[in-house]
Formats: sequence, C-alpha cells, structure tokens
Amino acid sequence: MPPAGPEDHRRGEGPLLIVYADLGCPHCASAWAEISAREATIVFRHFPVASKHPRSPALHAAAEAAGQQGRFFDLVDSLYADRGHVDDPHLWQRAEDLDLDLDRFETDRRSGTVAARVRRDFESGIRAGVTGTPAIFSSASDVDPT
Amino acid sequence: MIAAGEPAPDFTLRNQDGEKVSLSDFRGEKVLLVFYPLDFSPVCSDQLSLYQEVKPEIEAKGVRMIGISVDSGFAHKAFQEKLGIDTLLLADFEPKGEVARAYGAYIDRVGHANRSLVLVDEQGTIEWVHESPTPLEIPGANLIFDALSA
Repeated sequence: MPPAGPEDHRRGEGPLLIVYADLGCPHCASAWAEISAREATIVFRHFPVASKHPRSPALHAAAEAAGQQGRFFDLVDSLYADRGHVDDPHLWQRAEDLDLDLDRFETDRRSGTVAARVRRDFESGIRAGVTGTPAIFSSASDVDPT
Repeated sequence: MIAAGEPAPDFTLRNQDGEKVSLSDFRGEKVLLVFYPLDFSPVCSDQLSLYQEVKPEIEAKGVRMIGISVDSGFAHKAFQEKLGIDTLLLADFEPKGEVARAYGAYIDRVGHANRSLVLVDEQGTIEWVHESPTPLEIPGANLIFDALSA
C-alpha cells in the first residue's frame, strides 16, 4: 500500500489512519462519524465498488471535483450524513450549499483526470488487499472501526 | 485442495444461459476458476462485485475468469443481473459439487465449495491455487495479481 503522501486527502492531527471507503456504502456511512471523531490524521482513499453501489463512481467523482475547489471532506461529510439524496440534482444542490463553482464542478467531476485519480486510489486498495469497506489501516496494523 | 503442477481436471458445466462450457474450451488461454459458496450470499456478493471491478485488468493479462458454485444456471443468471456483473458463472449443480470435489474445494459438511481460486495455465496445468481459511474470508484481488506476475 502506498504510504500517505501530499496527493492524499487528509484532515486532522494525530496518529495516521488510512481509510479506504465507498461513498455509496452504508457501513462506511455509519462508521464515518466515529472515524471522523477520532483524534487522528484521517487519509481518505476512494474505493468505489460500482456493482454493489451503482452511484458510487459518480459520488467519488463529485467528491474529487469538490476537492479541486478545496471542499473534499465537506462533500464527503455531506454524502455520508444524507445517503438518500445522491442523484445529480442532489449533487448540484450540495455543491451549491458548499458555494462551489457549479460549472467547474460539473466539468471536473466528469473529467478523465478525476476518474484516474479515483481509480488510482482504488487500485492501491486492491494492492493492499482491501476486500470490503470501510478498510482502515493505521501505521502498524488494521484498526477495527467499531 | 488440488496442487500446482497437477493437470486440471476437465469438466463440462452449464453457464448462466444454459449453454455447455468445458474447461478444455479455453485451452491456449489462462483460466482463473473462482469457486465460491452460494449465489446471493453476502460474502459471495461482495467477492464477485469486487472481482468485477478488476476483471478488465485480469483479462488484459490474458486470463479468463470463471465463477463456479453449486447453484443452478437460473440462479446464476439472476445473481448476475442483481449484481450487474458479466463474469461467466458455471453451475456445479448436478451431480452437486462434482467439479468442486474434483479440485478439492468442496466442503461436505456445509454442502458447497470453499472460497478457492485456481489458476490454470494455457496447457491445462494447475499453476497456482489459493484456498481461504474459511468461506467467510474473501481472497483479496491482490493475490490474483501477485500470482499472475509471479
């Protein structure tokens, strides 16, 4: 698994937790509040499994596009807090609520660059042996999110 | 469990569309046999969904991935549709588990296969096997890529 680097999405201070998560995954959503509350540096890596959660690729692309305007974790928090509204109009509303530039958001979330960025995280998770989400790694070992 | 270096037992089973498929049909290609317990079970759903995500990369390495369980072809078809996957699924249905038994992947006390991966080379020889410690444990796709790059 690649170590955390400057290209990763990270927030918080403290021991490092690398989290592979699927934005369409209910288990991730229920774990996210607890994970976020930890005194830790949280690194979020994309792990969308489309055949389980068909909207996941779109949600991860949206989060990545929000990240290009500095609001990655805000959109992640928003998506996990309300899993019932994940169609495109809901994404536009969420982007508006975060004061994102909507035109740029729309362009970015459909771009090859964003898709490649999401896929890079996914492949790093595959190489790390991730088989389900959320998968959480500390610097030394797996950490049970519960 | 069958071991690397042994000849892969040939078989003919029906797929999710009721068509007969034999292992020997793929002679000249590498084949990854994915023995799994049961269609629609939570862990099998997770496993096949995950493998679907990396299927293009597996195929790009010249490997055909085939799922095998004791379910019928009709169940396989519905399972494919539910997950939205296009992995070829074969029905080891009657005699129940005969192919899984031939590969040493069958668990008699539960009546289905263990979660096992078998890589067959272009000549029909077992190249690599992986047997999960329990049917509850999904073999990571990293194991497949490690085997393919060994």
